[in-house]
Amino acid sequence: MVLLTLLAVVTVAIVRQRSLFGVVILAGIYSFLMASVLIVLDAVDVAMTEASVGAGVSTVILLATLHLIKTTEMRSVRRHVLPLFVSAVTGAVLVWGTLVLPPFGTADAVIHKHVVPRYIADTIKETNVPNVVTAVLADYRGYDTLGETTVIFTAGIGVMLLLRGARRRGRTDREKVSP
Amino acid sequence: MFATAAAAILVALALAVTRAIKGPTVFDRVLAGNSVGTLAIMLLAVVGFLTGRPEFLDIGLTYGLLNLIGTLAVLKFFRHGDLAYDVDEEARS
Repeated sequence: MVLLTLLAVVTVAIVRQRSLFGVVILAGIYSFLMASVLIVLDAVDVAMTEASVGAGVSTVILLATLHLIKTTEMRSVRRHVLPLFVSAVTGAVLVWGTLVLPPFGTADAVIHKHVVPRYIADTIKETNVPNVVTAVLADYRGYDTLGETTVIFTAGIGVMLLLRGARRRGRTDREKVSP
Repeated sequence: MFATAAAAILVALALAVTRAIKGPTVFDRVLAGNSVGTLAIMLLAVVGFLTGRPEFLDIGLTYGLLNLIGTLAVLKFFRHGDLAYDVDEEARS
């Protein structure tokens, strides 16, 4: 509860902060807090991903971006009432949706009835992987994971191509300016 | 005992976040961010012991490494204004 309050406070601070460097630091803090929330919810693997991607990698990437742009955010020209309204409505609908969910951690919830018993019973027999979560991710959902890695691979290639072009252009620009 | 420790860590987290938000200089923010990372590690360990699963400690170690990377990146950014700083390049130009 305290953690969630802190999360909300940090989010508001991120939105109100005008110095982009402060935003980067606050985003890292947000990731660590979010990871703590996920750990309290017993989702250790997700927390691990959140901490490594959110606090580790994206801080570095955001800082690298910050190097290329100006470090203060410009004031917005007009007030954005419609986006605020849309996100508030979406949030309200999502909260309304959680009302009909079974309580957190119930063993006889619907999602625990469908394929989970089979995974727990047959994983070792069928895949020989001792960790059920790993078996589900890498074995039962193998094609899904393959698709995900393809997407990330493609994105990586695209970013590398873009960066290479940008760097070449940046070099020539600098050479023109410096003499 | 662990519950008390968890409560104390939460209070410390709140204080660090306050500093990060108010922080007049950038260095206050960097320090606050770093201490939030450390507190997250401690919270992780305490929650692990609280729920009887001390295996969480391994994950805490990984968090420590990540925290180090983040802080190093930030400080390097400040020292050189660039993440891919190269000493040789400076010497050549």
